[in-house]
Amino acid sequence: MTETPFVRLDAVSKSFAGVQALNGVSFSIAAGQAVCLAGENGSGKSTLIKILAGVEKPDSGHVAINGEIFNALNPRTSVARGIQVIFQDFSLFPNLTVAENIAFSAELASGDKLVKRARARALAQSVLERIAVDIPLDTRVETLAVADKQLVAIARALALDARLVIMDEPTTALTEREVQSLLAIIRRLKAAGVAVLFVSHKLAEIFEVCEKIVVIRNGAVVSDAPAAEFDIDSLAYQMTGRHFTGSVAAPFDAAAQPVLEVDGLGRDGTLHDISFSLRPGEVLGIAGLLGSGRTELAKALFGLLPVDRGTIRLDGRPLALRGPVDAVEAGIGYVPEDRLTEGLFLTQSILRNIAIGRLDAFSRSLGRLDRSGLRAEARDWLGRLKVAAPDPDAPVKSLSGGNQQRVVLARWLAGNPRILILNGPTVGVDIGSKTDIHGIIADLSAEKLGVIVISDDLPELIACCHRILIMKAGRIAQETVSGETSERELTMKLAS
Amino acid sequence: MKIDWTRNETLVFLVVVAFCILTTVVDPAFFSLPTLFDLLRNSIVTGIFAIGVLVVLVSGGIDVSFTAIAAFAMYSTTLALKNLGLDVPWYGAFALSILIGTGLGLVNAIFIAGFRLPTLIVTLGTLSAVRGFLLTFVGSQLISNVPPGMREFSQLILFRGTTAEGYFYSLPWAFAALVLVVAGTWFLLYRTLLGRKIFAIGGSEESARRIGIGVRGVQVFIYAYVGALSGLAGIIHASLARVANPFDLVGLELSVIAAVVLGGARLTGGYGTITGTLLGLALIVLVSNSLILLGIPSTWQSVVIGALILLGTGLPAFQAKRAALRAG
Repeated sequence: MTETPFVRLDAVSKSFAGVQALNGVSFSIAAGQAVCLAGENGSGKSTLIKILAGVEKPDSGHVAINGEIFNALNPRTSVARGIQVIFQDFSLFPNLTVAENIAFSAELASGDKLVKRARARALAQSVLERIAVDIPLDTRVETLAVADKQLVAIARALALDARLVIMDEPTTALTEREVQSLLAIIRRLKAAGVAVLFVSHKLAEIFEVCEKIVVIRNGAVVSDAPAAEFDIDSLAYQMTGRHFTGSVAAPFDAAAQPVLEVDGLGRDGTLHDISFSLRPGEVLGIAGLLGSGRTELAKALFGLLPVDRGTIRLDGRPLALRGPVDAVEAGIGYVPEDRLTEGLFLTQSILRNIAIGRLDAFSRSLGRLDRSGLRAEARDWLGRLKVAAPDPDAPVKSLSGGNQQRVVLARWLAGNPRILILNGPTVGVDIGSKTDIHGIIADLSAEKLGVIVISDDLPELIACCHRILIMKAGRIAQETVSGETSERELTMKLAS
Repeated sequence: MKIDWTRNETLVFLVVVAFCILTTVVDPAFFSLPTLFDLLRNSIVTGIFAIGVLVVLVSGGIDVSFTAIAAFAMYSTTLALKNLGLDVPWYGAFALSILIGTGLGLVNAIFIAGFRLPTLIVTLGTLSAVRGFLLTFVGSQLISNVPPGMREFSQLILFRGTTAEGYFYSLPWAFAALVLVVAGTWFLLYRTLLGRKIFAIGGSEESARRIGIGVRGVQVFIYAYVGALSGLAGIIHASLARVANPFDLVGLELSVIAAVVLGGARLTGGYGTITGTLLGLALIVLVSNSLILLGIPSTWQSVVIGALILLGTGLPAFQAKRAALRAG
């Protein structure tokens, strides 16, 4: 190859407080090429993105853009050379309109002191047309759905004549269908000569759009090759250095008395005539598109959403759930979809996050707490769930996504529940942690816990669950046994 | 035009109208030009403060030190002009007061933008420190004989008239200052890129930083601007009253913030309009000046203002939540 690549990194190293985040990383991205940057949490991906965005400066090595060599970029040069980053949280302004959000960077770059409304609107309109998206320009971004917010973020990146768009975990919050339209947009960008650096945990998507995969592990490039030379197994191995076997849940006693029986559950407008049962040790999957009622069902079972009709029985006894307190008392645990906002006290310590669910069991006379007992038990759970926590007193937010999810699980398991409802248990965690979490689910099943898994990730459901319920418009549309279905079949059933 | 019941503006407007009707029924003398001009006159100082607070709230911060800054600026200006025996025209006094206000605003900016301290803590600190400094080192004596320039300003009448019953009413030129501040700030917030940056920072400070907005620079501007407006409001207050009382103004800050919040600005930043602020201002000025006409003791004033805040901010939030529930 004699052609100059759009971006080339040469032996880039960076360390933070003695920890080597990047160690001599070199690779290149050609114009119009889609490159996937794959790696587990903590492998150095985020640091690499920040160096390209000019937010962090490398300790040694350099970055070349179109042959021009920079020892360090700053955000302005980076943007001026056509590098745009779409952060995982999109970094939009919820209080401003779609048009303003899209045109803001361009307005900043224009150097004008006054707002040129017509120009901003025209720019926003033309960019949205370029990616064939129709979102009303005057809508406030806070009122948009997640997928639309992402489109606005992409449009904003393109408004400044981007040559390289870096997308950090772009598909985490999207449903299957939204992912497909995002991939279509990425193909369109490539055709227009825009390079894309795609950072994703979801292996299947990587193969759909990327020509080249760069895998980094512990801050170093471990492989850099055309996507065709990888398959899902070899990629997973490169990322983690471990081999994985798809975990299929161990068989359970199908003749046992059901631990949970749901009969004719209904709630006006969202749930209709939901009936199913769950036996001890059974892992039941619930699949459905966004708005199918899958999350509502989970919330109803946990007492978060009142129901109008139907009964819920636990071990044969009818259960009246007035709120989550009743559910916890009865032995139902719920791990919410958004663990960051609903499931964890982010600024509190790891131990406290586990201990919070056990305060009752460890309270002594006069409301005193048996602190050392609590700590011992919390530590015990950290070990059992293999939480990689260097300091159990560090805040939970310092952990990676996979480890955070384990902390949430540890909290529930410490309470010795009968049923555990997991909503999107592996959203935003890397493949290594994902496999571990699947292993934990299998362990739970072996300990005769009833487990309900709600997920967008169909291979995950097939791998972990004994049975899968497909929800549509608030009803259970179909039921399949995991061993007898494939991802393709399941996708078709969901979409039909 | 479709009426949006989830907006604070609609609600506050209706309450203002209802309050006027109610007061007129109880005391028909309320509905007259002298009352109107009285209210307009009374809203000048509070209004300039409110516009400053709006800018801070939109940026996601809060400032409670503006009354202390205003008192400091107006009192030290008056004292300096008197002691030095300088016979400057009114705009000279105004310029000095605005300069002092801006300087004190920059002190806020140093702590907020320079040391990244929370805005409430910083301005609570400067509120107390500036006031203490004023009373200890500058003076605590009332100056009843203000310099001639300031006295002249109070005699500049924009508009005057007489009712059929023979009552005089007038509007001082000072009202033009409020109009200028409102128009200027509207232009700043909605027509300049700096204004949009203020909204952007209020919406998400982290996002603003990531797309390359110089957040610190904008914050320095905001607190200096509020300081300047405070200096202006202070000197107008002293000029109109023809008295510089160092104990004046401080204590007003909560009703000013209340007016702005009633008008729809959110304490979490990113939201707020000039129209809403003016409506909130109208309501607070009405309540503080006319409650007595309804036969309600003035000690009840703060109860009424408190109830209005709870209602005015709680109801739209409740309706928005209901609308969201129905939609979802």
